[in-house]
Amino acid sequence: MALHGESTSATFPSMFDNLTSAFSKALDKLRGQKKLTEENMQEGLKAVRQALLEADVHFKVAKDFVARVRDKAVGLDLIQKVDPGQQFIKLFQDELTELMGPEAVSLPHSSSGPTIVMMAGLQGSGKTTTCAKLAQLMRKRKKKRCLLVAADLQRPAAVDQLQALGKQLGIDVYAEGTDKRPPEVCKRGIEHAKKLGHDFVILDTAGRLHIDDALMRELEQIASECKPTAVVLVCDAMLGQDAVNSAKEFHARLPLSGVILTKLDGDTRGGAAMSVKAVTGCPVLFVGVGEKVEDLEEFHPDRMADRILGMGDVTSLVERAQEVMDEKEAEKAAKKMLKGRFTFEDFLKQLRMIQKLGSMKKVLGMLPGVGQAIKDIDIDDKHFGRIEAMILSMTPRERRNPDLIDTNRRRRIAKGSGNDVQAVHGLIKQFKQMQKMFGKLGKGGSLPPGFGGTPTKGGFRQPPKGSFPGGLGGMPPQWRRYEPAHGRLDTISPALPAFAWNASAVMAMLVPSSGDANDFGDPTWSS
Amino acid sequence: MVLGRILKGLKKTREKLGSGLARLFGGGRKLDQDFLDELEEVLYTADLGPTGSDIVREIEVAWRKKKIADVDGVRGYLREALLARLAHSEGALRTSAQRPTVILVAGVNGSGKTTSIAKLAKHLKGRGDKVLLCASDTFRAAAVEQLALWASRIGCDIVKTATGADPAAVAFDATEAAIARGVDWLIVDTAGRLHTQKNLMRELDKIVRVIQKRLPDAPHETLLVLDATTGQNAIRQASEFNAVRPVTGLILAKLDGTAKGGAVFGIRRELEIPVKFVGLGEGIDDLEPFAAESFVDGVLGELGAERVSGS
Ligand SMILES: Nc1nc2c(ncn2[C@@H]2O[C@H](COP(=O)(O)OP(=O)(O)OP(=O)(O)O)[C@@H](O)[C@H]2O)c(=O)[nH]1
Ligand SMILES: Nc1nc2c(ncn2[C@@H]2O[C@H](COP(=O)(O)OP(=O)(O)OP(=O)(O)O)[C@@H](O)[C@H]2O)c(=O)[nH]1
Ligand SMILES: [Mg+2]
Ligand SMILES: [Mg+2]
Repeated sequence: MALHGESTSATFPSMFDNLTSAFSKALDKLRGQKKLTEENMQEGLKAVRQALLEADVHFKVAKDFVARVRDKAVGLDLIQKVDPGQQFIKLFQDELTELMGPEAVSLPHSSSGPTIVMMAGLQGSGKTTTCAKLAQLMRKRKKKRCLLVAADLQRPAAVDQLQALGKQLGIDVYAEGTDKRPPEVCKRGIEHAKKLGHDFVILDTAGRLHIDDALMRELEQIASECKPTAVVLVCDAMLGQDAVNSAKEFHARLPLSGVILTKLDGDTRGGAAMSVKAVTGCPVLFVGVGEKVEDLEEFHPDRMADRILGMGDVTSLVERAQEVMDEKEAEKAAKKMLKGRFTFEDFLKQLRMIQKLGSMKKVLGMLPGVGQAIKDIDIDDKHFGRIEAMILSMTPRERRNPDLIDTNRRRRIAKGSGNDVQAVHGLIKQFKQMQKMFGKLGKGGSLPPGFGGTPTKGGFRQPPKGSFPGGLGGMPPQWRRYEPAHGRLDTISPALPAFAWNASAVMAMLVPSSGDANDFGDPTWSS
Repeated sequence: MVLGRILKGLKKTREKLGSGLARLFGGGRKLDQDFLDELEEVLYTADLGPTGSDIVREIEVAWRKKKIADVDGVRGYLREALLARLAHSEGALRTSAQRPTVILVAGVNGSGKTTSIAKLAKHLKGRGDKVLLCASDTFRAAAVEQLALWASRIGCDIVKTATGADPAAVAFDATEAAIARGVDWLIVDTAGRLHTQKNLMRELDKIVRVIQKRLPDAPHETLLVLDATTGQNAIRQASEFNAVRPVTGLILAKLDGTAKGGAVFGIRRELEIPVKFVGLGEGIDDLEPFAAESFVDGVLGELGAERVSGS
């Protein structure tokens, strides 16, 4: 593709000429279609499969899933007035949500005697920490009297770890010396609980490889001798393709009741969750979202589905954006954009705001639709420095009124910023186009359906009154398509529209074709 | 020898699951599009990500140009292509001209840092070197006790404080102790942290700055411990940790399971960080220097079998 250092130095606006996101290109194929067919879905299906693989969903699981949804989708009528691409994506969101579900499955509880939960999993997956989290949750919500049983006699200081957690929470821990056998310790732990009136017992076991037969047999023994009410597989959400192998084996050897996914607080897309669900059929009971004892949450299949499909990146981007963004400033700038009164000064602020978020490639990569496309492009952060330098070489008046910038001035700006005149031409041309495009949007004449509102099940909710023109009633159009169909983007944070508009400006300047110009209904834009 | 160990670790895999590649290359298959599709699938399942597809595309081109004729040709090409992507990926531990050499060990939660440190310390002590450990994971319950237990098993010194103390302060004390005692190596254990946690990443930076007050050129090695079962997120881990503290080497732990650790290829696409060691078990001796050839043979599964008997 275009951007490879030297070839782009002269006219930077063209550097992303060939750039269109796999998704948006794929979904464009659906425009104007009345029915979904094998042919018109082909590109879209490929894009979905790619998204799943990037998320670490197991190859075969991804393949089977896509094929299954395709078979269901063939022949489906597309509803008029709703973006066909969005309808297509929604099919997958819904199917994946269903596969990941059901929501809020509760742990089985014992009707006679204490409930016994046994943890199992690979090394370092988070079992011990999860024992403490679960005990804390059960005590708080269900008023349970919990006992933690330290049956990891293998890892150095595993018993100390559980004891320290118990002490921190004020929850009892049953432990013996490390020279004992884990199944025996578990049995005596349960006896201890019965005697002292604990009604919720959690067995912490040592981490082990699924191919370690001796240790797997030990787990089987614990399960058969202690008859736990529930056996839980604790899974690291960052697991890759091998997740299916380990999950399958744990499932084959133990009567698993469910899975707890840990370390979801990071930026993993968490495709392993789908793999594990697909091969075990076990529901996800809880998710771990941090190292602290309170960081255990309910599982939401719809959020997980969005995350795996790559729709969740926006959410995390916005969360980070809020840390670096001056909300009032951002909203002011966005409103100016839509009134067509947008200046280089505003743009400079936006550029800097986006830059504060981290490397340009990373930020752009999180923007809906752009991530896929720029994956293999070498984005040089120096380009952004160059744009900044050019703007800084303008006088304040020039920044406010680009029309002033004649040939002489352009030459001066080029010299002052160490660029050639071509680059300055490109910058100004691009800027004017963007100004015009956003200004047009602001007038509200040719808004795409639903623009400024939130999509709902039956179509689109109308934008709030008075939101347009003059206000930010919703998201920029090119973002809409990637929104989860339930419209969560708008509700994640009231600051999101402002951020999104600002980011779109930067995106439009830097990655012209990624903005999917057609959405703006401006034919000149795609040049 | 090294090779033998890695393959021994992976042998379990083969016995248990058989290798997709072994099946593919095993019984007189014809080289056709189906074969290539299956090959792509198998490479994907080793966590190679897009690298696998790239290689398959190369193979397809070579096949259409009649440079590869059959399945045997593919096998050779594949091995070379994988190796080429790991060029210059091996690397020995760096040493400082002056004692001590400081090794900072970092990584996400539960990847295998503390255990790898114990293995490394044992290895260095076995060479007759003097090793000091620093327990800078003051956050996780009993992390200090875990490292201390390893230290006493190995018979090396440790500098530690209570859980909850400032990790940078411990690192500072340890640096002073390392200088005063004239040890050869100071290995600093740090708390697991996800690369997305900005404040914790800053904390890592602070630990370094404090060490540098005494030893301006330290740490001489910053090792990032990755879990071999991790998928594409390992690439993010590497680039984010590297952005905060230039990573000088990787340790790929837990390679004794069925995961192939193919994310390393993805990391090599973006970063020039060598892989210094692989972890092959929970035992103190289960650490080996990384060897690209045996790693590739591990990825290729059964294909490496002939080499085991040869080594
Ligand atoms: N960020 C984050 N870290 C977690 C989460 N759950 C556990 N951890 C961390 O992951 C690391 C490993 O957790 P442990 O509870 O020790 O894992 P384990 O499965 O008991 O490990 P072994 O007993 O050695 O097999 C620790 O650093 C935990 O603090 C989570 O949801 N998010
Ligand atoms: N099978 C196997 N297990 C390993 C290997 N390395 C470490 N482990 C196990 O993985 C688990 C976590 O290891 P630790 O060394 O505690 O990991 P850590 O990165 O220090 O964890 P935190 O400090 O909690 O972030 C322990 O149960 C180790 O025994 C390895 O190479 N193979
Ligand atoms: Mg544990
Ligand atoms: Mg540790």
